[in-house]
Formats: sequence, structure tokens, C-alpha cells
Amino acid sequence: QLSTALSNCFKCDLHRLEEGPPVKAELTREQGLQYYRTMQTVRRMELKADQLYKQKIIRGFCHLYDGQEACAAGIEAAINPSDHLITAYRAHGYTYTRGVSVKEILAELTGRRGGVAKGKGGSMHMYAPHFYGGNGIVGAQVPLGAGIALACQYQGNNQVCVTLYGDGAANQGQLFESYNMAALWKLPCIFICENNKYGMGTSVERAAASTDYYKRGDFIPGLRVDGMDVLCVREAAQFAADHCRAGKGPIIMELQTYRYHGHSMSDPGVSYRTREEIQEVRSKSDPISMLKERMLSHNMASVEEFKEIDIEIRKQVEDATQFATSDPEPPLEELCNHIFSNNP
Amino acid sequence: MAAAARLFLRGANSKLSIAPGSLGTTHAAHFTFQPDPVPSQYGPTQKMNLFQSITSALDNTLASDPTAVIFGEDVAFGGVFRCTVGLRDKYGKDRVFNTPLCEQGIVGFGIGVAVAGATAIAEIQFADYIFPAFDQIVNEAAKYRYRSGNMFDCGNLTIRAPWGCVGHGSLYHSQSPEAFFAHCPGLKVVIPRSPIQAKGLLLSCIADKNPCIFFEPKILYRAAVEQVPEDPYTIPLSQAEVLQEGSDVTLVAWGTQIHVLKEVASMAQEKLGVSCEVIDLQTILPWDIETVCKSVVKTGRLLISHEAPVTGGFASEISSTVQEECFLNLEAPISRVCGYDTPFPHIFEPFYIPDKWKCFEAIKKMINY
Repeated sequence: QLSTALSNCFKCDLHRLEEGPPVKAELTREQGLQYYRTMQTVRRMELKADQLYKQKIIRGFCHLYDGQEACAAGIEAAINPSDHLITAYRAHGYTYTRGVSVKEILAELTGRRGGVAKGKGGSMHMYAPHFYGGNGIVGAQVPLGAGIALACQYQGNNQVCVTLYGDGAANQGQLFESYNMAALWKLPCIFICENNKYGMGTSVERAAASTDYYKRGDFIPGLRVDGMDVLCVREAAQFAADHCRAGKGPIIMELQTYRYHGHSMSDPGVSYRTREEIQEVRSKSDPISMLKERMLSHNMASVEEFKEIDIEIRKQVEDATQFATSDPEPPLEELCNHIFSNNP
Repeated sequence: MAAAARLFLRGANSKLSIAPGSLGTTHAAHFTFQPDPVPSQYGPTQKMNLFQSITSALDNTLASDPTAVIFGEDVAFGGVFRCTVGLRDKYGKDRVFNTPLCEQGIVGFGIGVAVAGATAIAEIQFADYIFPAFDQIVNEAAKYRYRSGNMFDCGNLTIRAPWGCVGHGSLYHSQSPEAFFAHCPGLKVVIPRSPIQAKGLLLSCIADKNPCIFFEPKILYRAAVEQVPEDPYTIPLSQAEVLQEGSDVTLVAWGTQIHVLKEVASMAQEKLGVSCEVIDLQTILPWDIETVCKSVVKTGRLLISHEAPVTGGFASEISSTVQEECFLNLEAPISRVCGYDTPFPHIFEPFYIPDKWKCFEAIKKMINY
């Protein structure tokens, strides 16, 4: 159908790279609608989780992703389902983009047997084929990601591993161990720092001697892009994946993004940043609005079409909620299941 | 499922049945905090909860010891559990400061500060996060004095961390890792049951010339309220406290679980006519072998209870020592009512923890042995 070459003049900072991703990106109507659908689904799912948490139907820890949807959607658009991805605890978005249904995600949050981890993992521990979670301990997932990349290299399958972490985790020692190994052995690992400006309640300036997270890999080339623009994310991720598949070794991507919610549901999110700041991002840089406006102004879709998609998504999330609140909890035998392999 | 079946038999004597849908709803706490009487020997007291009693201890320390510094993640604004509220304003940003998110770095840094002669009080945000620092604690902090022939030591180091189940903490906000550290000579490990105990024990840890790990039961931060002395005071380390005397069974625990056992002792008296002696171990390492053994010699029966998983949990150490020292006094095998050998569960917490019913069943078994 309609396809538009959008010249976006992507602002892209480079580290140890002669050239970066192309400044022009092509977006077809199908792609645009798909990215919209993906991001809007994640948005509505997260807002539903917020609601269920406040009703105490979801308990425990819950870290929401709304605001950062372009990162998950853009990355998934650039990689293959056979590539690998691992992230930290703000993982619901990636769980969805990696193929788990909203129903299974919400049921995991409510701790039911229909949840993607059988109700045993909760918010921070959701998994899917080629998606390794969902990790609660900050930074611990990064050496794992490097290891997965090693497996890809070893097996010669031309796959890459996308290893995500946040600005808070960027100061963990184990990241630097991972950078060293990945560079030494030229592992096909895309390290991605989702910089949402705050590690819990600590702003990046107060935590890091250098906030140029794309440069923190020192000898590893890096690039920094606008994480609120799904096309920027896609192009950058595509560039990074090509780099790795060409055998050039690891690469670091910094996505500048923002989360609307606080760190978790226990954090109102306004004691360390102003409501004005949050509102400004919502009105000027919301990833979903930006994509929609862009498509409308290029006549790639109509307002009614977007509305229809919204209605479909709303229904999908409602159905999923119905399931997540009525499905039974896992049986008591599950308490002792899966500690070891069950094979005698 | 044979292994799982053994798991259920072992220590899981509860006849409690779980009603469908009940696990996911809010449930009452598994214990009732029982405050101690107001201490009269330490001067004027003030109503404080657990986190406030910690703040008070830290306040006293910063006031009297000019070398004392407090650091960790988010301590500057007061900490995620409000244990350090007001201290930065009062004592300055060079004495109460944030570190980045790096536990290994925090403890390593703390060891350095301590070795150089300052009083270092490091906070690890949750005991579940202490593991990146495990090497620093076990290999550096614990062995410094020994390996340098007493030339250097990091006795000035105290590490504080919130500990234990909290109702919804799941795998990584509920752990009780004291057993890992109990296996390391050179460290002291201390766990208070209440605000009065916490302040006195923490001040002892800070004063103690050995590296100390102080675990604070997070579920008690707000729930436990007592009249706590405002002035500094110390409660001795490695001295278990007999909270109530009894003649038939010795009950040993620490932290939150003490309040469960106190209730179990009442239940045993009321329903079985069994008189229980309740002991708060307080210091896990080095532990007060004498007090526990003296009690078992008297009663002949011992029950130890902790949230941490039963295999390799600290109850196993107590059990082993007591059977060595008091073998002929024992009327029944020593009973351990502990968490199961699983990761701390997300949805099954009420079933996982060693609640009063499991402890009560264990007492019945011992009495009828």
C-alpha cells in the first residue's frame, strides 16, 4: 500500500563509529499500523495493570513500561523472532513484543495458573522462546546476555542477542566484565541501555560519573538515539544487528526514553521529578502520539482506523483481564515443582 | 514427585487447607507483634517503630563519633524504609551520602573506609541484593585481621540490610540469608526482634571491633512500635535472651519469628498444658551455645524455627551442636520448623512460611514422642 520515505534527520550520536544508521527511514502503511497496534497494546496493558494493582488484585512488585513503548516495538521490528532478547524487571513490554499474549501476561501478574510462568514468577519473571526474562537483580542479566551471544557465535546461527539494562544498572561492575568479554571474543551482543533518566529515584547526574551511556563500553562502538521515536529505534537496532551479524563484535546502543509511572507501583514518581516534566514529555514526545501524527500527516491512515484499532485493543485487554481475574491460582504442588529437573 | 512428597512430610505438618482464591487476596499477617515492657534503666523513652529506632541509633552514632559515615543506595533522602530520615540534613552530605547501584562496590568501599579508621555504616537496600558483595564480605572483611596478623582490621564496618518476608516480597525481596554468613568465621551476624532490641544491638554492632552484618526484619519496620530510650545504650552481642521461662519445650528463633513463637507458646499452654521456654538468639554468629543448651538440659525438647529454607539453614547448626552437648537430656528429636527448600515463592507465601500452626503441630509431635 502506501509507503513513505520519511527523512527524519535522526539525531544520532556516535562513538567509535564512522557512520551510523541512515537518516532516512521507510515506513509502509502496514508497518505503521502494526507498530501503532503494538505500542498501544502495551500502553493499555500497562494501564490495566496499574488499575488492577490499585485494586490489590495484582500484588507484590510491579514496574510499568508506559512511555517507553517505542523501545520494545522498534527493537522487535528490527530483529528476527529467532534472535534473542533479555532485559531487567521493567519487562512487560518486551514479554509482549516477544510473543506472549496480553492474557498470559496479566494472568502472570495476578499469579494464576494461566500466567506465562504458571503464576510462579510474577511481574519480573516472564519468559518466552528466545526471551530470557524478566530479571529482578539489577545488572545480573547482562553477563547472561553476553553468554547467549556466545552461544549464537558458537552455533554459527547468525543470530544476535539484545541485552537490555537501565541507567541505574549501567554502574554495576558486572556490565564492564561483560563488555570486556564480548569485545575480546567479538560476541554478537547488542547492549542496549534504556536511559529513562532515573534509576528509581536517583537522576542520572547523581549516579554516574559519565552519563554518556553509549560511550561507557569504551572500546566498544556505540550510538545514542531518541528512544521515543519508534522509527529511530528500529533503524538504530537494525544498524546494530547488521554490525553484529557482520562479525564486527558487540555494540552499545543508548535509547533516550522516559517512563510515565514511578519506578514501581510503590513510587508515585513525583518526589524526584516534577509533574511538569512528566506532562511535557507526554505532550511533546509520546511515542504513540508521535507515530499517529506522523502517519496522519502523511495520509497513511485515517483517524477512524486508529479509533477502530483502539477499540479492538480495549476489548482484547478487557478479555485478558477477565481471564486474569477468574483463572484459578496454581495448585499447591507447584510450590515444590521445578526446583530441580523432574527427570529422575 | 518423590522429593516433593518428602518435602511435604518433613516439617509440613500443617492441616491447614487453602481455600481457592484465598492466596491471592490480602491476608492478615502471620504474627502479632508483642512489644516488650518499657525499659527504665536507659533514661527517657519515646514511642518509636523499628525504622525510627534505627534512625535513633544512627543519630546517636553520628553525634558521638565524628568519623562515622552512612552510605548506600538512596540513604540521602531517608532511605526506602525511612531508616535514615533527617540524618543528612543534620550531619551533612559528606557524612550521609548515596552510592550508585553497586553492592560489591558499596561493601568494598566500606571495607576500605573501615580499614582506614573511620566508622563505616553501609546499607544494602534489601538482603536479597547482598550477593554481589558476598566475596567482599567473606574474603575481605571477614579475613582482614587474620591474614594481616592483627595489623589491620575492618572492625569499624557495619552492614545493615532489610531482611525476611514481608507479605508480598516474592523471590527477591523476602530472603533471610543469615545462614550463608554464619558459615564465615570473622563476621558477626545480628538480627533484632523489636525496636528496643534493634537500637541496642545496632549500637553494639557499630561499637564492636569486628565487621558486623545487621539484618532488620522489614515486616516490622512499621508494625513494631515500642517505647525506646532516646539516649544511646547497648545490648550485648552473642547473648541469647530467655523471653519467657518454661519447663517442657525450648523454642528458639530470631527476628519476626520470635513473635510467632510467643503465640505458639501461649497456644501450647492453653491447649496442651505444655510450658514453653522462648529464647531469642539475637546474635547468629557467634551464637550463645550456653544459654540454649542450659535450656534444653532443663526441658529436654528443642524446636528451632526460621523463614529461611530448612536445608543448611541456621537451625541445622543449632540442632547439631545441641545434640552433641545435650544428647542424653533429649526426650525427642530436635524439631526444625522452617521454610521449604524452594525459592521464596511469589504466590505461595502464606503456605511457605513456618506459621504458628506448623510450630504447634511440631510441639505436639515432640510431646507425644
